[in-house]
Amino acid sequence: MYTEKVMDHFQNPRNVGELENPSGVGTVGNAKCGDIMRIYLDIDEDQIIRDVKFKTFGCGAAVATSSMATELVKGKSIYEALKVTNKAVMEALDGLPPVKVHCSLLAEEAIHAALWDYAEKNGIKIEGLTKPKSDIHEDEEDEEEY
Amino acid sequence: MEKLIYLDNAATTKTAPEVVEAMLPYFTEYYGNPSSVYGFAAGNKEVITRQRETIAEIIGAEANEIYFTAGGSESDNWALKATAECYENKGRHIITTKIEHHAILHTAEYLEKKGFEVTYLDVDEKGLVDLEQLRAAIRPDTILISVMFANNEIGTIQPIKEIGEIAQEHGILFHTDAVQAFCQVPINVDECHIDMLSASGHKINGPKGIGFLYIRKGVKIRSFVHGGAQERKRRAGTENVPGIVGLGTAAKRAAESMEERTKKEVELRDYFINRILTEIPYSRLNGHESKRLPNNTNFSFQFIEGESLLIMLDMKGICGSSGSACTSGSLDPSHVLLAIGLPHEIAHGSLRLTLSEETTKEDLDYTADVLKEIVEHLRKMSPLYEDFQKKQKK
Repeated sequence: MYTEKVMDHFQNPRNVGELENPSGVGTVGNAKCGDIMRIYLDIDEDQIIRDVKFKTFGCGAAVATSSMATELVKGKSIYEALKVTNKAVMEALDGLPPVKVHCSLLAEEAIHAALWDYAEKNGIKIEGLTKPKSDIHEDEEDEEEY
Repeated sequence: MEKLIYLDNAATTKTAPEVVEAMLPYFTEYYGNPSSVYGFAAGNKEVITRQRETIAEIIGAEANEIYFTAGGSESDNWALKATAECYENKGRHIITTKIEHHAILHTAEYLEKKGFEVTYLDVDEKGLVDLEQLRAAIRPDTILISVMFANNEIGTIQPIKEIGEIAQEHGILFHTDAVQAFCQVPINVDECHIDMLSASGHKINGPKGIGFLYIRKGVKIRSFVHGGAQERKRRAGTENVPGIVGLGTAAKRAAESMEERTKKEVELRDYFINRILTEIPYSRLNGHESKRLPNNTNFSFQFIEGESLLIMLDMKGICGSSGSACTSGSLDPSHVLLAIGLPHEIAHGSLRLTLSEETTKEDLDYTADVLKEIVEHLRKMSPLYEDFQKKQKK
Protein backbone atom coordinates (compact mmCIF):
# COMPACT_ATOMS: atom_id res chain seq x y z
CA MET A 1 0.00 0.00 0.00
CA TYR A 2 2.80 2.43 0.89
CA THR A 3 6.06 3.14 -0.96
CA GLU A 4 9.39 2.22 0.58
CA LYS A 5 10.07 5.86 1.35
CA VAL A 6 6.76 6.25 3.18
CA MET A 7 7.52 3.12 5.18
CA ASP A 8 11.01 4.40 5.95
CA HIS A 9 9.73 7.75 7.21
CA PHE A 10 7.00 6.00 9.17
CA GLN A 11 9.37 3.52 10.78
CA ASN A 12 12.18 6.01 11.34
CA PRO A 13 10.50 9.38 11.51
CA ARG A 14 12.94 12.31 11.36
CA ASN A 15 12.64 15.24 13.75
CA VAL A 16 10.08 13.82 16.15
CA GLY A 17 9.66 15.78 19.34
CA GLU A 18 9.08 19.24 20.73
CA LEU A 19 11.11 22.42 20.90
CA GLU A 20 11.36 24.52 24.00
CA ASN A 21 10.67 28.17 23.23
CA PRO A 22 9.95 27.64 19.55
CA SER A 23 9.77 30.59 17.16
CA GLY A 24 6.49 29.24 15.85
CA VAL A 25 4.14 26.33 16.48
CA GLY A 26 1.33 25.15 14.24
CA THR A 27 -1.26 22.50 15.01
CA VAL A 28 -3.69 21.41 12.33
CA GLY A 29 -6.15 18.59 11.82
CA ASN A 30 -8.90 17.19 13.89
CA ALA A 31 -9.00 14.21 16.21
CA LYS A 32 -12.46 13.43 14.96
CA CYS A 33 -11.07 12.64 11.53
CA GLY A 34 -8.14 10.77 12.97
CA ASP A 35 -5.21 13.04 12.26
CA ILE A 36 -3.53 15.94 14.02
CA MET A 37 -0.12 17.39 13.17
CA ARG A 38 1.92 19.81 15.22
CA ILE A 39 5.08 21.42 13.90
CA TYR A 40 7.60 23.44 15.94
CA LEU A 41 9.98 25.81 14.18
CA ASP A 42 13.15 27.42 15.45
CA ILE A 43 13.86 30.39 13.19
CA ASP A 44 16.97 32.58 13.50
CA GLU A 45 17.34 36.33 12.91
CA ASP A 46 18.10 35.71 9.21
CA GLN A 47 14.72 33.99 8.93
CA ILE A 48 16.36 30.61 8.40
CA ILE A 49 14.71 27.54 9.92
CA ARG A 50 17.46 26.24 12.17
CA ASP A 51 15.50 23.42 13.73
CA VAL A 52 12.17 21.77 13.30
CA LYS A 53 10.28 19.12 15.27
CA PHE A 54 6.93 17.48 14.86
CA LYS A 55 4.32 15.40 16.64
CA THR A 56 1.57 13.58 14.81
CA PHE A 57 -1.51 11.60 15.77
CA GLY A 58 -2.54 9.73 12.67
CA CYS A 59 -2.01 6.96 10.20
CA GLY A 60 1.24 5.82 8.62
CA ALA A 61 0.94 8.38 5.83
CA ALA A 62 0.31 11.18 8.32
CA VAL A 63 3.49 10.35 10.21
CA ALA A 64 5.53 9.97 7.02
CA THR A 65 4.33 13.23 5.48
CA SER A 66 5.08 15.14 8.69
CA SER A 67 8.52 13.63 8.82
CA MET A 68 9.24 14.43 5.16
CA ALA A 69 7.86 17.96 5.48
CA THR A 70 10.21 18.68 8.38
CA GLU A 71 13.13 17.40 6.32
CA LEU A 72 12.16 19.61 3.40
CA VAL A 73 12.00 22.84 5.42
CA LYS A 74 14.98 22.31 7.68
CA GLY A 75 17.77 24.78 6.93
CA LYS A 76 15.58 26.70 4.51
CA SER A 77 14.51 30.33 4.66
CA ILE A 78 10.92 30.95 5.65
CA TYR A 79 10.15 31.90 2.04
CA GLU A 80 11.61 28.67 0.72
CA ALA A 81 9.65 26.79 3.36
CA LEU A 82 6.49 28.46 2.23
CA LYS A 83 7.04 26.98 -1.22
CA VAL A 84 7.08 23.42 0.11
CA THR A 85 3.74 22.22 -1.19
CA ASN A 86 1.87 19.03 -0.50
CA LYS A 87 2.86 17.90 -3.99
CA ALA A 88 6.52 18.34 -3.12
CA VAL A 89 6.04 16.29 0.03
CA MET A 90 4.24 13.56 -1.92
CA GLU A 91 6.88 13.50 -4.65
CA ALA A 92 9.64 13.25 -2.09
CA LEU A 93 7.87 10.20 -0.68
CA ASP A 94 7.45 8.62 -4.15
CA GLY A 95 3.69 9.09 -3.93
CA LEU A 96 0.80 8.30 -1.61
CA PRO A 97 -2.34 6.21 -2.09
CA PRO A 98 -5.23 8.47 -3.25
CA VAL A 99 -7.10 8.21 0.06
CA LYS A 100 -3.99 9.55 1.84
CA VAL A 101 -3.44 12.67 -0.23
CA HIS A 102 -5.13 14.72 2.49
CA CYS A 103 -2.25 13.78 4.83
CA SER A 104 0.17 15.70 2.60
CA LEU A 105 -2.19 18.69 2.61
CA LEU A 106 -2.19 18.49 6.37
CA ALA A 107 1.63 18.59 6.39
CA GLU A 108 1.66 21.68 4.16
CA GLU A 109 -0.93 23.35 6.39
CA ALA A 110 1.03 22.51 9.51
CA ILE A 111 4.14 24.25 8.15
CA HIS A 112 2.03 27.25 7.16
CA ALA A 113 0.38 27.35 10.57
CA ALA A 114 3.77 27.34 12.32
CA LEU A 115 5.04 30.11 10.02
CA TRP A 116 1.86 32.11 10.70
CA ASP A 117 2.42 31.75 14.41
CA TYR A 118 6.03 32.93 13.99
CA ALA A 119 4.91 35.92 11.91
CA GLU A 120 2.27 36.88 14.45
CA LYS A 121 4.64 36.58 17.40
CA ASN A 122 7.16 38.80 15.64
CA GLY A 123 4.70 41.23 14.18
CA ILE A 124 5.85 40.62 10.63
CA LYS A 125 4.01 39.79 7.47
CA ILE A 126 5.23 36.90 5.33
CA GLU A 127 4.45 37.64 1.71
CA GLY A 128 2.25 34.91 0.23
CA LEU A 129 1.19 33.38 3.56
CA THR A 130 -2.49 33.43 4.34
CA LYS A 131 -4.06 32.45 7.63
CA PRO A 132 -4.14 28.68 7.56
CA LYS A 133 -7.27 26.67 8.11
CA SER A 134 -7.09 24.80 11.34
CA ASP A 135 -9.03 21.92 9.88
CA ILE A 136 -8.34 20.76 6.36
CA HIS A 137 -11.29 18.42 6.45
CA GLU A 138 -13.76 21.29 6.28
CA ASP A 139 -13.79 21.13 2.51
CA GLU A 140 -14.00 17.39 2.27
CA GLU A 141 -17.25 15.62 1.79
CA ASP A 142 -18.10 12.01 2.38
CA GLU A 143 -18.35 10.13 -0.84
CA GLU A 144 -21.38 7.99 -1.31
CA GLU A 145 -20.76 4.52 -2.55
CA TYR A 146 -23.26 2.35 -4.28
CA MET B 1 10.41 -11.45 9.75
CA GLU B 2 9.79 -13.69 12.71
CA LYS B 3 6.96 -16.18 12.93
CA LEU B 4 3.61 -14.92 11.70
CA ILE B 5 1.08 -14.41 14.47
CA TYR B 6 -2.30 -14.32 12.83
CA LEU B 7 -4.84 -12.64 15.10
CA ASP B 8 -7.43 -11.63 12.55
CA ASN B 9 -9.62 -14.70 12.61
CA ALA B 10 -12.81 -12.63 12.57
CA ALA B 11 -11.74 -11.45 9.11
CA THR B 12 -11.03 -14.93 7.84
CA THR B 13 -9.46 -18.17 8.99
CA LYS B 14 -6.98 -20.66 7.66
CA THR B 15 -8.70 -23.40 5.69
CA ALA B 16 -8.06 -26.55 7.71
CA PRO B 17 -5.91 -29.10 5.81
CA GLU B 18 -8.51 -31.85 6.27
CA VAL B 19 -11.13 -29.51 4.80
CA VAL B 20 -8.98 -28.95 1.72
CA GLU B 21 -8.37 -32.68 1.49
CA ALA B 22 -12.09 -33.40 1.58
CA MET B 23 -12.70 -30.82 -1.16
CA LEU B 24 -9.98 -31.84 -3.61
CA PRO B 25 -11.61 -34.91 -5.22
CA TYR B 26 -14.59 -32.76 -6.17
CA PHE B 27 -12.42 -30.72 -8.50
CA THR B 28 -10.60 -33.36 -10.47
CA GLU B 29 -12.40 -36.67 -9.87
CA TYR B 30 -16.04 -36.08 -9.05
CA TYR B 31 -16.52 -32.97 -11.11
CA GLY B 32 -19.94 -33.91 -12.51
CA ASN B 33 -22.84 -31.50 -12.42
CA PRO B 34 -25.19 -32.68 -9.65
CA SER B 35 -28.18 -32.00 -11.90
CA SER B 36 -27.02 -34.46 -14.57
CA VAL B 37 -28.77 -37.76 -15.15
CA TYR B 38 -25.85 -40.16 -15.49
CA GLY B 39 -24.48 -42.18 -12.65
CA PHE B 40 -21.14 -40.38 -12.67
CA ALA B 41 -22.78 -37.22 -11.30
CA ALA B 42 -25.36 -38.82 -9.04
CA GLY B 43 -22.94 -39.13 -6.15
CA ASN B 44 -22.52 -35.39 -6.09
CA LYS B 45 -26.18 -34.83 -5.37
CA GLU B 46 -25.90 -37.20 -2.42
CA VAL B 47 -22.79 -35.58 -1.08
CA ILE B 48 -24.54 -32.21 -1.10
CA THR B 49 -27.47 -33.70 0.79
CA ARG B 50 -25.09 -35.07 3.42
CA GLN B 51 -23.54 -31.63 3.96
CA ARG B 52 -26.98 -30.12 4.26
CA GLU B 53 -27.85 -32.68 6.94
CA THR B 54 -24.64 -32.02 8.83
CA ILE B 55 -25.26 -28.29 8.94
CA ALA B 56 -28.95 -28.64 9.75
CA GLU B 57 -28.12 -30.83 12.73
CA ILE B 58 -25.70 -28.27 14.15
CA ILE B 59 -28.38 -25.57 14.34
CA GLY B 60 -31.31 -27.88 15.10
CA ALA B 61 -32.94 -27.46 11.70
CA GLU B 62 -34.20 -29.76 8.93
CA ALA B 63 -31.90 -30.45 5.99
CA ASN B 64 -34.34 -28.95 3.50
CA GLU B 65 -34.22 -25.66 5.40
CA ILE B 66 -30.53 -25.10 4.53
CA TYR B 67 -29.83 -23.19 1.31
CA PHE B 68 -26.26 -22.89 0.11
CA THR B 69 -25.12 -19.45 -1.01
CA ALA B 70 -21.86 -17.80 -1.96
CA GLY B 71 -21.34 -16.57 1.60
CA GLY B 72 -22.57 -14.44 4.45
CA SER B 73 -23.11 -11.27 2.44
CA GLU B 74 -25.29 -13.04 -0.11
CA SER B 75 -27.28 -14.71 2.66
CA ASP B 76 -27.87 -11.36 4.37
CA ASN B 77 -28.88 -9.70 1.11
CA TRP B 78 -31.23 -12.53 0.27
CA ALA B 79 -32.90 -12.57 3.67
CA LEU B 80 -33.60 -8.85 3.67
CA LYS B 81 -34.45 -8.18 0.05
CA ALA B 82 -36.56 -11.28 -0.47
CA THR B 83 -38.49 -10.76 2.77
CA ALA B 84 -39.15 -7.16 1.83
CA GLU B 85 -40.42 -8.21 -1.57
CA CYS B 86 -42.59 -11.09 -0.41
CA TYR B 87 -44.11 -9.46 2.65
CA GLU B 88 -44.56 -5.89 1.45
CA ASN B 89 -48.30 -6.35 1.28
CA LYS B 90 -48.26 -6.96 5.01
CA GLY B 91 -46.09 -3.95 5.69
CA ARG B 92 -42.98 -2.02 4.79
CA HIS B 93 -41.23 -1.66 8.13
CA ILE B 94 -38.02 -3.45 9.13
CA ILE B 95 -36.18 -3.35 12.44
CA THR B 96 -32.43 -3.88 12.70
CA THR B 97 -29.57 -2.44 14.75
CA LYS B 98 -26.90 0.20 14.34
CA ILE B 99 -24.10 -2.32 14.73
CA GLU B 100 -24.94 -4.78 11.98
CA HIS B 101 -22.42 -5.79 9.34
CA HIS B 102 -22.56 -3.63 6.21
CA ALA B 103 -24.12 -6.56 4.34
CA ILE B 104 -27.21 -5.83 6.44
CA LEU B 105 -26.87 -2.05 6.84
CA HIS B 106 -26.24 -1.27 3.19
CA THR B 107 -29.05 -3.62 2.15
CA ALA B 108 -31.37 -1.89 4.61
CA GLU B 109 -30.36 1.50 3.18
CA TYR B 110 -31.06 0.16 -0.30
CA LEU B 111 -34.53 -0.93 0.83
CA GLU B 112 -35.14 2.51 2.33
CA LYS B 113 -34.55 3.96 -1.11
CA LYS B 114 -37.17 1.54 -2.41
CA GLY B 115 -39.72 2.95 0.02
CA PHE B 116 -39.26 0.69 3.07
CA GLU B 117 -38.89 2.14 6.53
CA VAL B 118 -36.09 0.90 8.71
CA THR B 119 -35.63 1.37 12.45
CA TYR B 120 -32.02 1.06 13.56
CA LEU B 121 -31.94 0.09 17.23
CA ASP B 122 -29.33 1.59 19.53
CA VAL B 123 -27.03 -0.53 21.63
CA ASP B 124 -25.71 0.17 25.11
CA GLU B 125 -22.06 0.89 25.92
CA LYS B 126 -21.27 -2.84 25.81
CA GLY B 127 -23.00 -3.32 22.48
CA LEU B 128 -26.23 -4.94 23.69
CA VAL B 129 -29.62 -4.29 22.16
CA ASP B 130 -32.28 -2.96 24.56
CA LEU B 131 -35.26 -5.33 24.48
CA GLU B 132 -37.64 -2.61 25.61
CA GLN B 133 -36.55 -0.40 22.74
CA LEU B 134 -37.13 -3.32 20.41
CA ARG B 135 -40.65 -3.86 21.75
CA ALA B 136 -41.39 -0.17 21.40
CA ALA B 137 -40.15 -0.13 17.81
CA ILE B 138 -42.58 -2.84 16.68
CA ARG B 139 -45.48 -1.58 14.56
CA PRO B 140 -48.43 -3.28 12.89
CA ASP B 141 -46.58 -3.04 9.57
CA THR B 142 -43.29 -4.48 10.83
CA ILE B 143 -42.39 -7.47 8.67
CA LEU B 144 -38.87 -8.34 9.78
CA ILE B 145 -36.50 -8.06 12.70
CA SER B 146 -32.85 -8.65 11.80
CA VAL B 147 -30.35 -8.66 14.68
CA MET B 148 -26.88 -10.15 14.42
CA PHE B 149 -26.12 -13.08 16.71
CA ALA B 150 -22.69 -11.73 17.65
CA ASN B 151 -20.89 -8.63 16.49
CA ASN B 152 -17.89 -8.98 14.21
CA GLU B 153 -15.96 -6.07 15.68
CA ILE B 154 -16.54 -6.07 19.41
CA GLY B 155 -17.75 -9.66 19.80
CA THR B 156 -20.86 -8.86 21.84
CA ILE B 157 -23.40 -11.70 21.81
CA GLN B 158 -27.01 -10.50 21.67
CA PRO B 159 -29.92 -11.92 23.72
CA ILE B 160 -31.06 -13.78 20.60
CA LYS B 161 -33.53 -16.06 22.37
CA GLU B 162 -35.34 -13.11 23.95
CA ILE B 163 -35.38 -11.24 20.65
CA GLY B 164 -36.75 -14.34 18.93
CA GLU B 165 -39.50 -14.62 21.54
CA ILE B 166 -40.51 -11.01 21.02
CA ALA B 167 -40.60 -11.52 17.25
CA GLN B 168 -42.70 -14.64 17.65
CA GLU B 169 -45.15 -12.97 20.05
CA HIS B 170 -45.80 -10.35 17.41
CA GLY B 171 -45.81 -12.71 14.44
CA ILE B 172 -42.81 -11.00 12.85
CA LEU B 173 -40.08 -12.85 10.95
CA PHE B 174 -36.74 -12.96 12.71
CA HIS B 175 -33.45 -13.10 10.81
CA THR B 176 -30.04 -13.28 12.45
CA ASP B 177 -26.63 -12.77 10.87
CA ALA B 178 -24.70 -15.57 12.59
CA VAL B 179 -21.59 -15.33 10.43
CA GLN B 180 -19.41 -14.77 13.51
CA ALA B 181 -21.40 -16.94 15.89
CA PHE B 182 -21.90 -20.13 13.88
CA CYS B 183 -19.80 -22.88 15.48
CA GLN B 184 -18.49 -20.41 18.08
CA VAL B 185 -21.56 -20.47 20.29
CA PRO B 186 -24.31 -23.13 20.45
CA ILE B 187 -27.25 -22.20 18.24
CA ASN B 188 -30.68 -23.80 18.10
CA VAL B 189 -33.06 -22.17 15.66
CA ASP B 190 -36.17 -23.53 17.38
CA GLU B 191 -35.17 -22.51 20.90
CA CYS B 192 -34.29 -19.03 19.67
CA HIS B 193 -37.29 -18.75 17.32
CA ILE B 194 -35.03 -17.91 14.41
CA ASP B 195 -36.73 -17.88 11.00
CA MET B 196 -33.66 -17.13 8.93
CA LEU B 197 -29.96 -17.38 9.73
CA SER B 198 -26.90 -16.42 7.69
CA ALA B 199 -23.54 -18.14 8.03
CA SER B 200 -20.29 -18.43 6.14
CA GLY B 201 -17.63 -21.08 5.54
CA HIS B 202 -14.42 -19.15 5.78
CA LYS B 203 -14.91 -17.98 9.37
CA ILE B 204 -14.81 -21.56 10.63
CA ASN B 205 -11.69 -22.86 8.87
CA GLY B 206 -13.69 -23.60 5.75
CA PRO B 207 -13.27 -22.20 2.26
CA LYS B 208 -14.19 -18.72 1.08
CA GLY B 209 -17.09 -18.14 -1.30
CA ILE B 210 -19.52 -20.52 0.36
CA GLY B 211 -22.14 -20.01 3.03
CA PHE B 212 -25.74 -20.76 3.70
CA LEU B 213 -29.04 -19.24 4.60
CA TYR B 214 -31.31 -21.19 6.89
CA ILE B 215 -34.93 -20.52 5.95
CA ARG B 216 -37.58 -21.97 8.25
CA LYS B 217 -40.19 -24.08 6.51
CA GLY B 218 -43.20 -21.91 5.76
CA VAL B 219 -41.27 -18.68 5.31
CA LYS B 220 -42.33 -17.58 1.88
CA ILE B 221 -39.30 -15.82 0.56
CA ARG B 222 -38.53 -16.41 -3.09
CA SER B 223 -35.51 -16.94 -5.22
CA PHE B 224 -32.73 -14.41 -5.13
CA VAL B 225 -30.88 -15.89 -8.10
CA HIS B 226 -33.04 -17.05 -11.00
CA GLY B 227 -32.06 -19.59 -13.61
CA GLY B 228 -32.40 -23.13 -12.38
CA ALA B 229 -34.02 -25.59 -10.02
CA GLN B 230 -31.10 -25.89 -7.61
CA GLU B 231 -31.63 -25.35 -3.88
CA ARG B 232 -35.32 -26.17 -4.09
CA LYS B 233 -35.72 -23.59 -6.87
CA ARG B 234 -34.73 -20.85 -4.49
CA ARG B 235 -31.15 -20.25 -5.53
CA ALA B 236 -30.20 -21.05 -9.08
CA GLY B 237 -26.72 -21.93 -10.26
CA THR B 238 -24.73 -25.14 -10.49
CA GLU B 239 -23.86 -26.08 -6.95
CA ASN B 240 -20.36 -25.24 -5.73
CA VAL B 241 -19.75 -28.88 -4.86
CA PRO B 242 -16.18 -28.53 -3.55
CA GLY B 243 -17.22 -25.46 -1.57
CA ILE B 244 -20.25 -27.20 -0.11
CA VAL B 245 -18.12 -30.19 0.87
CA GLY B 246 -15.61 -27.78 2.40
CA LEU B 247 -18.31 -25.96 4.34
CA GLY B 248 -19.87 -29.19 5.58
CA THR B 249 -16.53 -30.65 6.61
CA ALA B 250 -15.48 -27.42 8.34
CA ALA B 251 -18.82 -27.11 10.14
CA LYS B 252 -18.72 -30.70 11.38
CA ARG B 253 -15.16 -30.24 12.56
CA ALA B 254 -15.87 -26.91 14.25
CA ALA B 255 -19.08 -28.11 15.89
CA GLU B 256 -17.35 -31.19 17.29
CA SER B 257 -14.46 -29.18 18.71
CA MET B 258 -16.59 -26.24 19.83
CA GLU B 259 -16.87 -26.97 23.53
CA GLU B 260 -13.22 -27.74 24.10
CA ARG B 261 -11.88 -25.15 21.67
CA THR B 262 -13.93 -22.24 22.93
CA LYS B 263 -13.17 -23.08 26.55
CA LYS B 264 -9.46 -22.80 25.77
CA GLU B 265 -10.01 -19.64 23.73
CA VAL B 266 -12.00 -17.96 26.50
CA GLU B 267 -9.19 -18.64 28.97
CA LEU B 268 -6.56 -17.24 26.62
CA ARG B 269 -8.77 -14.32 25.64
CA ASP B 270 -9.35 -13.28 29.23
CA TYR B 271 -5.70 -13.72 30.11
CA PHE B 272 -4.75 -11.45 27.21
CA ILE B 273 -7.42 -8.85 27.99
CA ASN B 274 -6.24 -8.74 31.57
CA ARG B 275 -2.61 -8.28 30.56
CA ILE B 276 -3.43 -5.44 28.17
CA LEU B 277 -5.71 -3.56 30.53
CA THR B 278 -3.35 -3.80 33.48
CA GLU B 279 -0.11 -3.17 31.60
CA ILE B 280 -1.08 -0.49 29.09
CA PRO B 281 -2.37 2.72 30.67
CA TYR B 282 -5.30 4.56 29.09
CA SER B 283 -6.57 1.45 27.36
CA ARG B 284 -10.08 0.06 27.40
CA LEU B 285 -11.88 -3.09 26.32
CA ASN B 286 -14.66 -2.56 23.82
CA GLY B 287 -17.65 -4.88 24.04
CA HIS B 288 -19.03 -7.02 26.84
CA GLU B 289 -16.68 -8.82 29.28
CA SER B 290 -18.57 -12.10 29.31
CA LYS B 291 -21.31 -11.98 26.65
CA ARG B 292 -18.55 -12.08 24.12
CA LEU B 293 -17.34 -14.32 21.30
CA PRO B 294 -14.72 -16.70 22.72
CA ASN B 295 -12.03 -15.51 20.33
CA ASN B 296 -12.67 -11.77 20.25
CA THR B 297 -10.70 -8.96 21.84
CA ASN B 298 -11.14 -5.30 20.95
CA PHE B 299 -9.29 -2.46 22.63
CA SER B 300 -9.00 1.29 22.35
CA PHE B 301 -5.73 2.98 23.16
CA GLN B 302 -6.10 6.66 23.84
CA PHE B 303 -3.96 9.24 22.00
CA ILE B 304 -2.94 6.97 19.13
CA GLU B 305 -4.37 6.00 15.79
CA GLY B 306 -5.21 2.48 14.69
CA GLU B 307 -3.61 2.27 11.28
CA SER B 308 -0.15 3.21 12.56
CA LEU B 309 -0.62 0.59 15.22
CA LEU B 310 -1.51 -2.06 12.64
CA ILE B 311 1.47 -1.26 10.43
CA MET B 312 3.83 -1.48 13.40
CA LEU B 313 2.29 -4.75 14.51
CA ASP B 314 2.65 -6.04 10.96
CA MET B 315 6.34 -5.22 11.04
CA LYS B 316 6.56 -7.47 14.09
CA GLY B 317 4.71 -10.26 12.30
CA ILE B 318 1.36 -9.70 14.00
CA CYS B 319 -1.87 -9.44 11.96
CA GLY B 320 -4.79 -7.53 13.46
CA SER B 321 -7.43 -5.07 12.37
CA SER B 322 -8.73 -1.69 13.44
CA GLY B 323 -11.91 0.34 13.41
CA SER B 324 -9.90 3.38 12.47
CA ALA B 325 -11.13 5.47 9.56
CA CYS B 326 -7.76 5.19 7.90
CA THR B 327 -8.22 1.50 7.32
CA SER B 328 -11.57 1.96 5.65
CA GLY B 329 -10.79 4.82 3.31
CA SER B 330 -13.42 7.10 4.81
CA LEU B 331 -13.05 9.75 7.47
CA ASP B 332 -15.36 8.10 9.93
CA PRO B 333 -14.24 5.39 12.30
CA SER B 334 -16.19 2.18 12.78
CA HIS B 335 -19.96 2.59 13.06
CA VAL B 336 -19.95 -0.06 15.78
CA LEU B 337 -17.52 1.82 18.00
CA LEU B 338 -19.47 5.04 17.51
CA ALA B 339 -22.71 3.19 18.36
CA ILE B 340 -21.33 2.06 21.72
CA GLY B 341 -20.65 5.71 22.46
CA LEU B 342 -16.92 6.06 21.86
CA PRO B 343 -15.79 9.55 20.86
CA HIS B 344 -14.23 9.66 17.38
CA GLU B 345 -10.65 10.04 18.56
CA ILE B 346 -10.88 6.99 20.81
CA ALA B 347 -12.60 4.96 18.11
CA HIS B 348 -9.70 5.81 15.78
CA GLY B 349 -7.31 4.18 18.24
CA SER B 350 -8.97 0.81 18.28
CA LEU B 351 -7.51 -2.61 17.69
CA ARG B 352 -9.26 -5.93 17.15
CA LEU B 353 -7.32 -9.11 17.73
CA THR B 354 -9.19 -12.37 17.20
CA LEU B 355 -7.81 -15.75 18.23
CA SER B 356 -7.89 -19.10 16.48
CA GLU B 357 -7.69 -22.67 17.69
CA GLU B 358 -3.96 -22.47 17.00
CA THR B 359 -3.27 -19.34 19.07
CA THR B 360 -1.00 -20.05 22.02
CA LYS B 361 -0.27 -18.27 25.26
CA GLU B 362 3.24 -17.58 23.93
CA ASP B 363 1.77 -15.85 20.88
CA LEU B 364 -0.33 -13.65 23.12
CA ASP B 365 2.49 -12.88 25.52
CA TYR B 366 4.67 -11.82 22.61
CA THR B 367 1.82 -9.72 21.20
CA ALA B 368 1.19 -8.04 24.56
CA ASP B 369 4.90 -7.21 24.94
CA VAL B 370 5.12 -5.81 21.42
CA LEU B 371 1.89 -3.89 21.81
CA LYS B 372 3.15 -2.21 24.96
CA GLU B 373 6.22 -0.93 23.16
CA ILE B 374 4.33 0.23 20.09
CA VAL B 375 1.68 2.09 22.06
CA GLU B 376 4.41 3.84 24.04
CA HIS B 377 6.33 4.72 20.86
CA LEU B 378 3.24 6.14 19.13
CA ARG B 379 2.23 8.09 22.21
CA LYS B 380 5.63 9.74 22.28
CA MET B 381 4.86 10.97 18.78
CA SER B 382 1.31 12.07 19.59
CA PRO B 383 0.37 15.73 20.10
CA LEU B 384 -2.74 14.53 21.93
CA TYR B 385 -0.62 12.73 24.49
CA GLU B 386 1.63 15.77 24.82
CA ASP B 387 -1.40 17.97 25.56
CA PHE B 388 -2.77 15.41 27.99
CA GLN B 389 0.50 15.22 29.90
CA LYS B 390 0.76 19.00 30.10
CA LYS B 391 -2.75 19.14 31.52
CA GLN B 392 -1.88 16.46 34.08
CA LYS B 393 1.08 18.51 35.31
CA LYS B 394 -1.02 21.60 35.92
